[in-house]
This record gives sequence, C-alpha cells and structure tokens, in this order.
Amino acid sequence: MIGDHSLSGPLDDVAADAGHLAPPPRVGFFTDTSVCIGCKACEVACKEWNLVPEDGLNLLGMSFDNTGMLGANSWRHVAFIEQQVPLGNQDTGLAGLPTGPSGIEQMTDAISSTLRHAERGGGELGTTPLHVDSEPQSLGMPSFDRPGARTGAEDRTDFRWLMASDVCKHCTHAGCLDVCPTGALLRTEFGTVVVQQDICNGCGYCVSGCPYGVIDRRPHDGRAQKCTLCYDRLRDGLEPACAKACPTDSIQFGPLEELRAHAAQRVEQLHELGVTEARLYGHDPNDGVGGNGAFFLLLDEPEVYGLPPDPVVPTRDLPAMWKYAGIAASAFLAAAVAAFAGGGH
Amino acid sequence: MGSNMAEAHPVGFQWVMEAKANDATVIHIDPRFTRTSALSNLHVPLRGGTDIAFLGGVINYILSHELDFREYVLPYTNASFLVSENYQDTEDLDGLFSGYDEAKAAYDPATWLYEGTSGSASAGTDHHGDAKEASTSYQHGSGGPVVEGATEGIVVDPTLRHPRCVYQILKRHFARYTPEMVEAICGIPKERFLRICTAWTSNSGRDRTAALVYSVGWTQHSVGAQFIRAGSIIQLLLGNIGRPGGGIFALRGHASIQGSTDIPTLFNLLPGYLPMPTPAHSSLAAYIESIRGDKQKGFWRNADTYVVSLLKEYWGDAATKDNDFCFGYLPRINGDHGTYRTVMDMVDGKVFGYFLLGQNPAVGSAHGKLQRLGMANLDWLVVRDLTMIESATFWKDAPEIETGEIVPQQCRTEVFFFPAAAHVEKEGTFTQTQRMLQWREKAVEPAGDQRSELWFFYHLGRRIRQRLAASADERDRPLLDLAWDYEVHADEPSAEDVLRHINGHDLTTGQVVNGYLDLKADGTTSCGCWIYSGVYADGVNQAARRKSRFEQDLYAGEWGWVWPLNRRVLYNRASADADGKPWSDRKALVWWDAERGEWTGHDVPDFPKDKPPTYLPPQGAVGPDALHGDDPFIMQSDGKGWLFAPTGLADGPLPTHYEPHESPVRNLLYGQQGNPTRKVYGRSDNPSNPSPPELHSEVFPFVFTTARLTEHHTAGGMSRTLPYLSELQPELFVEVSPELAAQRGLQHLGWAHVITSRAAVEARVVVTDRMVPLRVQDRVVHQIWMPYHWGSVGLVQGDVVNDLFGVVVDPNVFIQESKVATCDIQPGRRPRGPKLLSYLADYRRRAEITIATGTQLATMGPAGITHTEPGRQSTEDSP
Repeated sequence: MIGDHSLSGPLDDVAADAGHLAPPPRVGFFTDTSVCIGCKACEVACKEWNLVPEDGLNLLGMSFDNTGMLGANSWRHVAFIEQQVPLGNQDTGLAGLPTGPSGIEQMTDAISSTLRHAERGGGELGTTPLHVDSEPQSLGMPSFDRPGARTGAEDRTDFRWLMASDVCKHCTHAGCLDVCPTGALLRTEFGTVVVQQDICNGCGYCVSGCPYGVIDRRPHDGRAQKCTLCYDRLRDGLEPACAKACPTDSIQFGPLEELRAHAAQRVEQLHELGVTEARLYGHDPNDGVGGNGAFFLLLDEPEVYGLPPDPVVPTRDLPAMWKYAGIAASAFLAAAVAAFAGGGH
Repeated sequence: MGSNMAEAHPVGFQWVMEAKANDATVIHIDPRFTRTSALSNLHVPLRGGTDIAFLGGVINYILSHELDFREYVLPYTNASFLVSENYQDTEDLDGLFSGYDEAKAAYDPATWLYEGTSGSASAGTDHHGDAKEASTSYQHGSGGPVVEGATEGIVVDPTLRHPRCVYQILKRHFARYTPEMVEAICGIPKERFLRICTAWTSNSGRDRTAALVYSVGWTQHSVGAQFIRAGSIIQLLLGNIGRPGGGIFALRGHASIQGSTDIPTLFNLLPGYLPMPTPAHSSLAAYIESIRGDKQKGFWRNADTYVVSLLKEYWGDAATKDNDFCFGYLPRINGDHGTYRTVMDMVDGKVFGYFLLGQNPAVGSAHGKLQRLGMANLDWLVVRDLTMIESATFWKDAPEIETGEIVPQQCRTEVFFFPAAAHVEKEGTFTQTQRMLQWREKAVEPAGDQRSELWFFYHLGRRIRQRLAASADERDRPLLDLAWDYEVHADEPSAEDVLRHINGHDLTTGQVVNGYLDLKADGTTSCGCWIYSGVYADGVNQAARRKSRFEQDLYAGEWGWVWPLNRRVLYNRASADADGKPWSDRKALVWWDAERGEWTGHDVPDFPKDKPPTYLPPQGAVGPDALHGDDPFIMQSDGKGWLFAPTGLADGPLPTHYEPHESPVRNLLYGQQGNPTRKVYGRSDNPSNPSPPELHSEVFPFVFTTARLTEHHTAGGMSRTLPYLSELQPELFVEVSPELAAQRGLQHLGWAHVITSRAAVEARVVVTDRMVPLRVQDRVVHQIWMPYHWGSVGLVQGDVVNDLFGVVVDPNVFIQESKVATCDIQPGRRPRGPKLLSYLADYRRRAEITIATGTQLATMGPAGITHTEPGRQSTEDSP
C-alpha cells in the first residue's frame, strides 16, 4: 500500500491511507483550553498509565509550570501563561489598585537566564532534570511578550492567566512517521501515531521531522518517546488516561468528526459570551499537516502557547524535492554527457 | 469567597465550569489571583481577614435598597421577631454586644434572646466562661441551639418597622458598612464592590438563585464562624437557602472530613452532633433536658430517641432503662480539650500519650514548632500513616535539632509507627461536602503490615478488653460492657456491618431501621449515628448505589446516599412559597400536592410529608408537631432561618467586623479591634505579633496568608513521597507582587525568608502579577502568600510554613487563625542553627513583644485586662 500513501493535503481516511482495512473512525483529542484549570491531572494520569518516568524536580519559575515542555518523559504538558493582556469576559480587578509596573519581565528574564545556563540550553525540559549552577540573574533578555503587548504605562491594569494542556498532535501527515527509517513509528487503525519501542533504533530522524517539537529521545537508551493516545486503552474500548482524568472536560476524546463539530459550536458559544478571542488550532485539514488528530481551542495566537503558527510537515515538499532532484540529476547527466561529448576530440 | 475551588476541589469545580457554560457569572473574591480566578468572570482581591466588612457591606446594600426577597424573608426567617429590650448592639457599645465580661473575655448571651423566650442551659452549664472553654457553640451542630418557648408564639411585627424587630436591628447593625467603608477596610474600590452587589441581588429572587462557596479560607480565622453567618444572612435575605442553585457550599478540606464531623473526631461531640456530656450531667434525663426544650419546635425535640439508641449501640444488652442505658459510662468534658490546648499540655508535661491517625501536625497544624516540641515531650506516640511523615520522624530530623531545642539522644518520646492501608486497600464510605455517603470497594489487598483503621481499632479494643477481662475495677466496666459485636471476615471487621450498626436496628425484630423517625427512647432501637439512619434502609447499602446521572433526573437521587434521609437540598420546603407553590417553574424543587395531600417534587421533601402549608399546630404541641406549615427550617427550635442568632454563638448574635488577631491596621468601624472573645494562649512559646492599638506593628508590616496547591496534599505525606506529584511542584516558594519585590529587593527565583515572632521560613521567590497591593485606610498594604506542603522528609523538602503562625482560635469552634497573620520578608536565606533563635529574638525585641502581646482582648478603653496563661507574668518576655 506504500504506493498511494499521500504526503500532504486533506485526507478523508488516514488509517485506510496507511493500509488498514475497514478501520474504525479516526479518534483524537479536542482540548478546550478555555475551561482548563491547570490541575495537571492529565500529566499525572498519563505518567501513571504509561509508566513514563519523573523528569526532574526542578522549580522552573515559569508561573506554575515545572514541566517546561513536551519531551520523552512528559507526554502531556500544561502551559501556564501570565500576561499583561485582558481576557474577554473577565475582569481581573486590578483597576483602581495601587499598582506599579508589571513583574512579568522579571519573571521571563529570570527564566531565560536559567535556561541559558543549562547544559542543553533548556532542551532538557520535559525529558531530564535541569542542572543550573549559577544563581538567577537579570540579563535584560527580551521577554516572551508579543510586540505591542506592553502598554508602557507605569500601572499594570490588565492581566490574564492562560492554561493549556499540550500533547502530540497525531497529525494527518505525521513528519515523525514519514521519516522513520525502521518502521518503528506506525499509523494505527484509529488514525493515531505510535512508536514501537522494540523496533526504534534511536536514530532521532523523527525528532527533527516533527514540526511541533513533540517527539524526543529518552537519554539513557536513546529511543524516541511520545503520546500514544493510549493505544492499549483504545484497543480495550477505553478513553485515554488524560481525558479520563480531566475534571473539567478540557480534554475531550472521541471520533474526530464529532469533536470538530462540537468544537465549532463551542467557539460560537464563547463568542456569544464575549470571549471573542476564542479560535481553533489544528482542526483544519487544509493546513500544513493535513489537520491534527489532537486539536485545540485557544484564547490567542498559537505562539502565545508556544505552538507554531503555521506548522508544515517536512515531507510535504518531498515529491517536489524529488522532482527538482530529478531535474537536477538530469541536468548533471546532460552536462556530463556534454562534457564527454565535448571532450571527444 | 475564602475558597480556591479550582485548585483545592478540582473535581467539584467541573460543575462551576458547567454552570459558566450555561452563562452563570462566576465571581471570585480572594486575596490573590488563583487558578480559580483565572476561570472566573470577575476576580476581586481583598485584604485577608476582612470578609465580614465586605459581606456586611452587601447586607447593608440589600437592606438600604430594600432588595431582600420579602415574600421569602417574612414567612421563613426571623426578620419579624422582636428581640429583648435589654439587647444592646455593637452600635451602642463601640463594637461589643451586651453581656460582655472583660475578665472572662466572654459573653452572657441572656440579653440576645427574643422577647418572651429563654435560652437553654447550653450543654449543661450556665457559666458562660466555662461554656467558652468547652466550645459549646459547636455542639449544636446541624440543629442549632434551643430557643425555649418558641412554640408559644414569639412576638412579631410583620410590618418589619418595630425598632426591636430583627430586620431593623440588622439594618442598624450594618448601616455603617457603607461602600466607602468596604473600600477603606478591604481595599476593594467602591465601583467594583457595587458591581458585585448588583450581580448578587439581580441573580436572586423567584426566577434565579445564587450559590455561595467557601472553604478553609473562611473557617481558619478568629472570627471564622461569623464569616459563615454573614454569608448565611445574605443568602437568607435573598431567598437563596433551601432552593435549587442556591445555598452555601462548605467545601471540606479532605475526603470525608464531613464524615469526621458527622461521626466526630472532635473532643466535644458525640455522633450526630450530640454534645459530649459534662460533669453537670448527673443523669441521662438531665443530659437530654439540656439538649432540648419543652417548648421548642423541630426535630431536636426527639433527641432522647437519638441518645438512647446511640447508648444501645455502644453498650448493647448492658444498656438498660434501669442503669440509664449506661449513660454514666460516657466520658465527661470539663474544659478545653481541643487539639491546641492538648499540645500545650504536652509541652507542659500534662499529657503522656498521643494517637495520630492520618494527621501530620508537625507540618499541617498552626505553630508547627509547638506541635513538634509537644510531641517530643511524651512517653509514647502512635502514628498511623501511609508513609513516615514528619510527625513520626521529628525526633531525628525536626528543624529544632539544628537549633538545639530537640536532641535526638535525649528525646523521651517512644514513637510507634503503624503503616496504614490506603483508601483503595479497604472498603468503607466517604462522606463529602454535600453530606453524601459514597461506598467504595476494596480494589487491592494492602501490602505488608498495612491495615485499615477499622482493623486497628477493632483489634485494639479486642486486646484491651482481653487484658482487662478479669478486672474488678469499676472504671474498666465501660470498656468491658461495650457491645463490640461487629462481623469479622478473616481478621478484618466488615465495614458494611459497621455501616449497618451506624444505620441502626430495631432490637425487637433484629431488622435494620429505615430512618431516624423509627428510633425510640425506650431501648428497643439502636443507632450509631441518627443523622445517618436510613443509609441501610430496606437492608440495602444505599451508599453503594451507582446509577448513572444520564439514567435518572437532574437530582440523581439514586447516586450514593445523602443524610438526612437522602434529601439532596436541605430545608427544601423553602423552595416553595408560603402557599406551597414553587417560586417559579424554573426553580421548582418541592411543592405541596393538594390533591394527594402531601409534599412532592424532584427531591425528598425535607418537611413532614403530609403537613399542609397552611397548618397551624394545636395549643401545647411540641417538637415536630409544633412546626407550622410555613416553618421550613425544621431543625431550628423556632422553625425559621436565623438572620439574628439569639443563642448559640460565643461572639455575638450578628457578625461584626473585627480585625484579625494580627493586623497592620486599626479597626475602622469600632473601638473594639479584634474578636473580643477569641481564645488566646498568652505564653512564652506562643508569642503574637503586635496589632494596633499596640505599638510596633510596623515591625511586621505585611499581611501573610497560606493555601494549598493542586499538586500537593495538605501536609504533603501523600504527595511529597510521590515523584509524579513532587516534580510538578518541587520546591517551596513565596509569591510576592512586583511592587513588594521592588520594595524589598526580591528577585524572581532568588531566595527570601518570611519572618514572624515565631519563626523564619525560607523559600524561592516567585514575583507575579497575580499578587497585588491594596489601598487600605490611605496606606498601601502588601500581601504575601505561601503554600504549606513542605517539611523535612520526602522527595522534595522545605521549611514548614505553618511554623510562622501562632495559636489563636475562634471561640465557637476552636479553629485556629491560620489564614491570616502579619509578617516581614527579607531577601536571602534565613539564618541557621542558634543564630536563627537570636535573629527571631531580635525581631521580638524590636517589636517589644511579651507574653501579654495580643492578649488584651477588649480595646475600647485604656490598657485593660490581659489574658495570659495562668501562672505566667504578663511582662514575661518571650524566649
């Protein structure tokens, strides 16, 4: 079935495309960040079920986030974002109080300083403990705020605290899967993407193949690790551990088509309630990865949550690259022939 | 308010999120911006401990704009009742009510009664000073105290114009709680305050209801019981009690803490909120007479059936009518035997042994150092827990070892550690916030020596009885005569059988009873806890029901079992109007079906089933029979919701704003600074930071508060030992605003230490916009917050935050004020070893702290009486 495996664009039946006969409906996650309470039950439930090891007892100072990012040993990651930006339909009660300048710059400066002093420049997050020798210090590093987010006013009046649980996107066109030379990564009958640990040889191509920076290798054995969407639970008719544990239904599991319909309604509802910044991310089959199996409702641009704004599967351009490579090869051949021909004196 | 529901009760918070999705407005009033605030429509920061000033402002707003739900308030509350001529309000006495005795720091509540009624001799003592010592207020529990004479009609003014009617007293009492005053005391700008008032009042009434949620952020104050009273007054005035979507949600701090007050682990209560007897109760009759009145309404009148059935459950066949059903076997209390008094008695060498079950006071209780020093001065200590907690290891790793205050080689306490079975390793019930009992099965066998609590106590009792079997000593009779007759499988007592015993039996047939209405006072029934009676109705474990909410109606009556008698909404008679009709279609819950002649609806009616709404009892009726058809509050001795509490509270019939025990400012409302009846323990090992009008409060200029993180469990025994939880919050930190960070030179992720007169605690600094300074009385007040989960053992360790608090308690319920204090904060780590002691001594010297500091409770006049511990000089320095 390798012949008609497509590398980009919308795909109606991702499991069939991968060769599964009469697969069940594609399933996925819809993570509605507007009701996430940042309890991290998803992180714990995931680790408990999948026996993912602890990845370091580090106080990161990134608001309440001490996980840092997704990695080999963190398959769910709850981001906490403190910003001087108002949130629709929310009054944080700061107006009229004797405030001074915001402390967010100090927070971000201290974090960037910490990460710069780390062995792998912060690449440890989500995978291994962070070893930092130096005391934190303000280096005047640029903050994480988006341009224009600073009001320049002395008194802080706006604030929002966003929380979002991130996870592997289980892309329609999964870069990790497409570049895996051993076949360790596979597309399941549920349309999800899973690494087979007994086959992975730790080459790491998948790490650079993922447009989201999700998949990562575990340091002690080098094998790639990421969310399996609880493949073993799915086969037993159970929902994934994180979705089961989520108390507010921020993480919803189900057939992707149903989730997409529900998500569209939810955005509409939030807009009616005055949360005009609500939007979906990763739901669109026409995006650079053909849409995600795990998509999100966000309350701002994806960059705010550390998500790429326009992810593209690196293999999207593969046919074109081969085409150009073919043309180039032909040109070389022609040149070589010409050279021989030319030198035939 | 006073609740961080999303973080401390994340599972329950799903319903708040569901309500929000249905367009409910969620308002979070709390000193800091938490994960709850992040999901709310409006966050309102206020100064810790000023909640009554805020709530009083709301009451004043409601009354001065006449926004109360009059058709509800008039028939269902005591608004129209006239109060005694001798009653004097805080308006008359500069912050005190009539009846205050400065020497005892206690009230004689005689003048607070309704005109023409009398109060009961509370829990067997007429001496209000002694009553205060025994926390008698709490003994009224679910019922409320007796107002004798309520059956004979209380003088009322239905026009609510009489100057001595409750409505007018309320109006006058709260008149000074203006929006301007709220702003000056709480630090909440007037416009924002008025926005909340509008939201609250406009979402209450016939068609709408508003719910109020609180947690330990309200209870752990020296005026904590009155915080809740203030919330209750608002909810009654707006008609939000006994109705769907209304109510007051008291979120409890652990799984089954509700259960541990229903079947109490408290020194002054017996199961079902029956008071613990005192030496004055020479006979069963005298005891029962002290609980109930001859001329009272409501179901407490049947207290004799509850008490006798309990004694029959305890002592079985040995309990007979002739021996007062073994009433004489019950222990008596003659004073304060609360947890903090006990710890001080341990320090003073008066207590020799101690059991700790699922509790880690070395970390989790206020004044951790006092706890550890107390435990280090025992003969023996039994600790039953899942892991080796600080309260089991203090003798070798307490912070006092570094300072030389505990020496392992000399510590005399012998510690016995018993590994406990976790909740998945044993069967039994949890009782949660909604009074719901939920049965849980055993999932796995406990490993090694781990055993259930039931196993431990059953066999402990069995072995003690075995040892004493031959004893002829009269004092051993209570133990030897115990029924102790539980079913045992292998060596594990059956939890279902225990639940059956709690439910109760008809001893003439051996069948279970179906509810507390079946109980009798003649010794023919037994019942371990009358309010739980019915949990085994029809011989079925009702708590084990698990019918999905998608297979039944909205109230899910077949999920678990709720006391009393599976009523989901207490006092739900109030969900119908005086004529028995629902207030509106939208808010219909329980109503009178005239055709069938009974109350019916979506919930089990919390009212005599066939009593019509217009019912008037005959002359001389008493107890449940005396309830009128419009008396929804069936446990109250007058059948009404209490806006004004004529009896039952130690610190006054109406909530009054008092500053916390440790406050940076003077009380703006009255000359009286703090709660005049709070319990203080003036002794050298329990110093207080000074508060105005005392001098030198500026040494501890900041307001300090603590709370929990979702990622950890209270004192940490269940979370700091687990890698998956420890990594999520690996280190103790202190949250400060950017403004305070700038003022004190604190760096994000750098070190700082927080100082009180008791301790200095170091932590990593988190500078966050979630903390904000407030303008209070023309000065800027900074608040500092810390989570309190860390200690000296576990995967992640840190200083014990509760060491920063001293011990001062609410006079009603003896709960410590551990949600607000004053402190200082300095950059860098704290001094170590003996240098730490001299560092703290220097702070106390600068603040001129003696053991008398904070113990002068009446503050209207010049220096008055201080309340230091007996035998101690008030000028004595703290060490």
